[in-house]
This record gives sequence, C-alpha cells and structure tokens, in this order.
Amino acid sequence: MGSGMAGRIFRQLLSFAVTLIMTFIGLTAVTFLIGRLTRIDPVLAVVGDKASKQVYDQTFHAMGLDKPLIVQYALYVKRLISGDFGISVLTSQPVLSDLLRVFPATFELATLAIIIGVAAGIPAGVLAGARKGRWADHVVRVVGLFGYSVPVFWLGLVGLFVFYGKLGWVSGTGRLDVFYEDIVTPRTGIILIDSAIDGDWDIFRNAFSHLILPAAILGFFSLAYIARMTRSFMITQLSQEYVTTARVKGRSYWGAVWRHAFPNIMVPLITVIGLSYASLLEGAVLTETVFAWPGLGLYITRALFNGDMNAVLGGTILVGAVFIGVNLVSDLLYRVFDPRLRGA
Amino acid sequence: MTQSLSHWLLDEAPGSRRQAVLGSLYRGLLAILSNPPGLVGLVIVTVLVLIAIFAPLLDRGISPIAQDLGNRLAQPSAAHWFGTDELGRDIYSRTLYGSRVTLTIVALVSVLVAPIGLAVGTLAGYLGGWVDIVLMRITDVFLAFPRLVLALAFAAALGPGIENAVIAISLTAWPPYARIARAETITIARSDFIQAVLLQGASTWRILLRHIVPLCLSSVIVRLTLDMAGIILTAAGLGFLGLGAQPPTAEWGAMVSAGRDVILDQWWVSTIPGVAIFLVSLGFNLLGDGLRDVFDPKETS
Repeated sequence: MGSGMAGRIFRQLLSFAVTLIMTFIGLTAVTFLIGRLTRIDPVLAVVGDKASKQVYDQTFHAMGLDKPLIVQYALYVKRLISGDFGISVLTSQPVLSDLLRVFPATFELATLAIIIGVAAGIPAGVLAGARKGRWADHVVRVVGLFGYSVPVFWLGLVGLFVFYGKLGWVSGTGRLDVFYEDIVTPRTGIILIDSAIDGDWDIFRNAFSHLILPAAILGFFSLAYIARMTRSFMITQLSQEYVTTARVKGRSYWGAVWRHAFPNIMVPLITVIGLSYASLLEGAVLTETVFAWPGLGLYITRALFNGDMNAVLGGTILVGAVFIGVNLVSDLLYRVFDPRLRGA
Repeated sequence: MTQSLSHWLLDEAPGSRRQAVLGSLYRGLLAILSNPPGLVGLVIVTVLVLIAIFAPLLDRGISPIAQDLGNRLAQPSAAHWFGTDELGRDIYSRTLYGSRVTLTIVALVSVLVAPIGLAVGTLAGYLGGWVDIVLMRITDVFLAFPRLVLALAFAAALGPGIENAVIAISLTAWPPYARIARAETITIARSDFIQAVLLQGASTWRILLRHIVPLCLSSVIVRLTLDMAGIILTAAGLGFLGLGAQPPTAEWGAMVSAGRDVILDQWWVSTIPGVAIFLVSLGFNLLGDGLRDVFDPKETS
C-alpha cells in the first residue's frame, strides 16, 4: 500500500518533470527560430556595418553561425541555462540583469491587478450564479462582455483622460512623480514595499496613486474573466442534489450557496485565477506602454523598435517561463486541493 | 411561394444534398434570429461588412489619407464629423476605411488558422499513436505561450506590416483549433459509419477529407467566431504598438496610438477608433455566443 502510494507520487513528479522539460525545449526552440527568422543580421549587430569582410567572417565563425542549425540550437540552450541571454544593444547591459531590474515593476502591477480581479470578480460571479436570470446576473454579464470586447490600451487612455485629466483623482504616467524618483532604496524593487520599509509614507501614497489606475484597468479584465467562470461553476454546483438536500434540511439559500456550493468551486477557481494572473503579464505589455510603466512590457516594446532582438527574445522567454510556471503551479495546486485527483 | 420555400428548406427528408445543406443553414439562421444577443451581433458584423464594401460611397468625398495641416486636430464639426487627426486627416473617413484593414486581417487569419488546426487535429485524432503524441506536444507548447507576446516577437522578427501581423497572429492562434478538431475526430472515428467506409476500402485521406473534416467544421467555425474578437484585439494591439498596417493606411489600433500624446486635450483622436474596435469585437462576441447557444446547447447556461 505504502510503496504503491510512493510509486504514484514518483510517477506524478516524473510526468511533471517531463512536461516541464518538453515545454522548456519548445519555448527555447520557438525563440531560437524567431531569432533566425529576423531580418536583422546578428553579425552586423555585433561588428557594425563598417567592419571589413575579414572581421565579418571571423565573427560569423566565432558566433557559430556556420554550424548546423541543431548545433547552434544546442549552443543557444547552453548559453541560456548558464544565464547568458546576450547583451542588450539598447542598454549595453546583459539582458538578464535588465530583465531582473524591470520585472518587479510588472510584478507589482500584475499582483495588485489580480487582487482587484479576485476580490471583485468572485463575489460578483457567485452573486450572478446564485441569482441567475435576475438583474445582478445581467449586470455581471454585461460587464463581462464589455471586458471581452474592449481594447485594453484604449481603456487605459480613456482612464487617463477621465481620472487623471478631468477628475484629477490619480497621478499620471510612470511609477512615481519625477521628484520622488531614485529616493527609495530598491530592496525588492516593489516601490510600495520598499517605501513602507523605509517608513516613507509620502512616497508610498505617491506610488499608490500612480499604480492604482493601471492596476484597476488590468484588474477589470481579470474581473470579467473570473466573474464569468465563477458564475458558470456556481450554476453547475447549485443544480446538484446535495444543495437541494441542504435546503430540505433547513439551510437558508445563501447558507447553501456559501457553505455548500462555494467550497466546491474553490478548486477549479484556482486554475482560473492562475490563468488570469498569467494573462495579466501579457495585458501588461500594452498597459505599460500606455502608462509609461517601466516594466517588462515597456522593456520589450522599446527593444522591439530598436532592433534589439536579444532583449526581445530574452523578454519573451521570461514572460513565457512565468506563464508556464504559473500554469504548472496552478495545476499542481489543483491536484493538492482536489481529493479526487490525489491518486490520479 | 415563401411558404413553400420554407417548407422545402425545413423538409425533414431532403431529396438532395443541396436541399439538406441549405436547410441546415436556414435552420441555423432561424435559430440566430430568435436569439436576441446573437441577432445584435449579426447586425453589427453585417454593418461592418457593408461599411467596408461601401466605404468609398460613405466617405463624403474626403480621402482617408488627404492631409490638411492647416486644420489639424480640429474638433468634431459639420465638415469633419469625428474631427481631424494630427495631420489634419478626416477621422470619420479613416474610421470607415479602417474597417477594411480589420476585415482583411480577420479573413486572412481565419483562412490560415482553420486549415492548420483541422489538419493537425484530425491527423492526431485519427492516426493516434506517436503522431498524436508529437502533434499534441507541439500544440501544447504553442498553447503555453502568451499569445500577444509571441505574436509581438514574430512580428518583430518578420518586420512590421499587415501580412506579417497576420502570419504572427495565425502562428499563435491555431492550437485551440487543433485541440477541438482532435477531440471531435476521436469521437467520430469510433462511429459505425467510419467503419463502414473503411470496409468499403476508403483510404485514410479520403476518410479524413470527405468524412471527418466536414463534421469538425461546425465546431471550428463556432470557435472561430468566438475567437474573432480576440484576433481583432490582438491585431489592434499590434497596430497600436506600430507593428500592424504601416502609415498612411488607416488602421484603428495605430489611430488610437496616434492620439496618445493629445488624449488630454483632443480626446476624439484616440477615442473614436477605439469605440470602433470595441463595437466590432463586441459584435463578434455576441454573434459567437449566439452561434454557440444554437449549435452547442450543452454549453448554454
């Protein structure tokens, strides 16, 4: 019995590892191919267009570009594993250190956004599912439809126009007002946390007033998705017989909703939240461009326009890796929390 | 006359293949018409197509690329219904012509994505074994990627432009179709009529192309309609970042981007093309939801 259990866990870990490795190979193969597809000559990017033919050929050879594609790919993966993502043409820094520098800004934005999305989306979805066909349901449906149809970059601009330009409730673009910049000691890179550690509440307030609008706009998109999924899970659960049984035994309707049906939808919701957190990273690319938010998205788009392929591909790998990582973690949590899947 | 036509279309025992096909299309149309959100969606999409076709008649004689630098960033007025942009171009006219770009992208992506997805999915589902494993692993890898970022990287490598945006979006959009086609194929392949065709000596290709693909088509088309909004938003996002249609072509995403610097003073420059993007993706979302309700009652809740 015990060994059977251990064997199952081992098999699960093994299949987990195989999935991880396969996806990593796929991820790097795709970025490698994109790197080959580009019209930007990688040799010229290093030696410049004034180099002699001899220097060009030497570099061509030194970069391994005369080797078979599969060997080049192997070298590429080897470099990536050792943390060498190349040098960014734009910043003249190693791409990896650039990525580590800009990532906290995106993390801060996406995390606040998912908190907003979960805090508003789950209650809204439960309400809509429990009051199916009533006005609350229609409101949630319309909000969801709006979220699925509106371009995020446009909503960001309109938000800036209304809440910053007209009402003045929030601060404009960037992470901080100019005169606050470079004052906080970057411990975590997350300004809200860093300024709180320093006890500098002026900076904290300023950072928050910059953060809240982009986070609310990104959060709105995960709200739309989370509410829609919660609603449909809730409807499925409420039609089950155990809910009727609970009601027959004298449970109030909302008691049955929250105490009986809700615990059953928490597990699938983990996956939904994971998926929407990962897709926030993607929405962040456009949102960061609109709000001049110095995170991963802005880094990638800036690199894009300067033909800085190392930076673009490094950023793509990081986003892809986080995306895959979040998906795997939510898959794992799903298995941990759902007793039916423990043995499967 | 109309009575007999509708009888002919709704005949439970159609006499010809044509009658059967037309009949099922007619039933679908009736079902969509009885689904209010779906109907709204259908109307929006139809209007979009009409605008794209008749843009030269509707543009009030103003070219979408005619510049008038003396009259730049003008407010909406009788002369310029939606105002003018930073080069004095008429935003109303540009918004009309922008529908052509959007429709082109949507059409090209559909034409590319559906066959790729069908080919991969039906092959994997029908042949099974290692073909299935390899093809589905590849699908999973593409599915694991964040779509916009991957499209961004492709577009960056290929260079800006509509064709490359289409290729970039298609490369990232096909995996769900492969998944759907595979799932359908697995169910269909087990049914008796496939065994019957097989016993009659039909080749694998014949079975796939003549018997399995046609049956997968309806779910692929429903999914495609549901995805349209996503495709439009991705395309607009690429355009916004400058990777879509190149100037002076009127493209909604690029038009929103052009108004960014003046959003606080001349709000209409960005707002109007944004509303256009919103309305069109809303239309496709409503139509897709309606089609799903009609063709797949299981999902209705």
